[in-house]
Amino acid sequence: MSIREIQDEIVDEFSMFEDWMQRYEYMIELGKSLPLIDGKYKTDDNIIKGCQSKVWVHAELEGDKLVFTADSDAIITKGIIAILIRVFSNQKPQDIIEANTEFIDEIGLKEHLSPTRANGLVSMVKQLKMYAIAYQTQLN
Amino acid sequence: MSNTSSFDVAVIRKDFPILDREVNGKPLVYFDNAATAQTPKQVIDAIVDYYSNYNANIHRGVHTLSQEATDKYEQARLKIQKHFNAGKSHEIVFTSGTTHSINLVASGFSAFLKKGDELIVSAMEHHSNIVPWQMLCERTGAKLNVIPMSEEGELILDEYHKLLSDKTKLVFCNHVSNALGTVNPIKKIIDAAHNVGAAVLIDGAQAAPHIQADVQELDVDFYTVSAHKMCGPTGVGILYGKEEWLNKLPPYQGGGEMIAEVTFEKTTYADLPHKFEAGTPNICGGIAFGAAVDYMNAIGIDKITAYENELLAYATEQLLTIEGLRIYGTSENKTSVISFNIEGIHPYDIGSILDKLGIAIRTGHHCAQPIMDFYKIPGTVRASFSFYNTKEEIDTLVEGTKRAKAMLQ
Repeated sequence: MSIREIQDEIVDEFSMFEDWMQRYEYMIELGKSLPLIDGKYKTDDNIIKGCQSKVWVHAELEGDKLVFTADSDAIITKGIIAILIRVFSNQKPQDIIEANTEFIDEIGLKEHLSPTRANGLVSMVKQLKMYAIAYQTQLN
Repeated sequence: MSNTSSFDVAVIRKDFPILDREVNGKPLVYFDNAATAQTPKQVIDAIVDYYSNYNANIHRGVHTLSQEATDKYEQARLKIQKHFNAGKSHEIVFTSGTTHSINLVASGFSAFLKKGDELIVSAMEHHSNIVPWQMLCERTGAKLNVIPMSEEGELILDEYHKLLSDKTKLVFCNHVSNALGTVNPIKKIIDAAHNVGAAVLIDGAQAAPHIQADVQELDVDFYTVSAHKMCGPTGVGILYGKEEWLNKLPPYQGGGEMIAEVTFEKTTYADLPHKFEAGTPNICGGIAFGAAVDYMNAIGIDKITAYENELLAYATEQLLTIEGLRIYGTSENKTSVISFNIEGIHPYDIGSILDKLGIAIRTGHHCAQPIMDFYKIPGTVRASFSFYNTKEEIDTLVEGTKRAKAMLQ
């Protein structure tokens, strides 16, 4: 599936919930199923700055696609990362670089996060794109 | 369950317009009072009155509005002086808040310190009572020593006494810990410091909303307060300083208001307190701070303390019924602050769920990272109660926390 198709799917899923408690429950479930980062990558270098809870992200090329794994010490944060990874993992770096992130606004995620978490979300997206840029350079 | 007290909380709540609002479709339960307290309509009215009727710059104007604004601003200073029982009104310096007050003193002490001098800080300070002193130490070569704390969140005074010597020039400590709620034995701390000739600054930001402080009885050299913690507006506070200290300290900022005479050859400074009040101050804020002090005194600080202690006892008892919940800061001597965690759950997650239920609490390190390091935790959930809160609201918090726990585990 393309990044856009996955984003549309997520927007659809989120529109089915009646309130934000249900959305949180869903994010908590997603958090629990997050593809966990290998322990050896949970280093300070891999911590995303700007997140108040700790977030580690690791990126690896598999063929021509970039695969992300991640972890956090907070479960809702893990849920947010899980959404981002579902969108951006297993995609070509160039597609990740070019992807827009309007779906975040469409599902109302940012406005329903505390300001510190919303900042963290922005940092996470930025970090995933930075990885894509780095790996795209390598592919070139 | 009933809100037994000598004052009627239902009547008091009517003074706070914000308490009627809903958050995420639920009635607001505001338990982030240690971060900022809500504002009663008496204070809001004072702000509206200022801008509607006598907004003018103070101290220098010849016209009526300026005179009215000056009178009200100086009346506010007198109210604050009386409230904290300062001996003289010019010992009350208006600042932008506790952080500004502390920086003012820390900056001034550069003139008095040299390499080899020592300062003492407590282990449970807000960053605003740590960082300015670290900067002072960097400038002067003085050394910063720390009074350790116990598992209960109390300062270990025996260790404090060992740190004191004739090298000690200044001791600073909060009256009440913002993260734990501990009321520190500041009278003992002050007396012991004075015995070795050291000055003492007490950060009263978290004490002033809950308990009475008498700066003369305490014999404290500096005491700092932020208006917004005690029903006043943000961006204003005071530094109380003993006259002899304020006279000794050099000015903090240069500008208008703080001068007696300016020539390009030499400037002489204004008398206290204006020496420390450079520039146009937060006039409206100062006046509204005075209104906040009036408001709290009309209720009575003793009554506020007694009622908040009831809330603290009730909330402590109810929260501890939740399995796996641990309270940080278990001193016998506390104000109405409860910092807690639930085993295996990140405080941010609990805070996020509670927000969706309309409950405002604080999560994180509360600008007191050394305390979090002491307990080896990333942060806590902090519920802090004010006299306008109720036991019913505490029940809502307990139910919400149980629900969050069930979702998150």
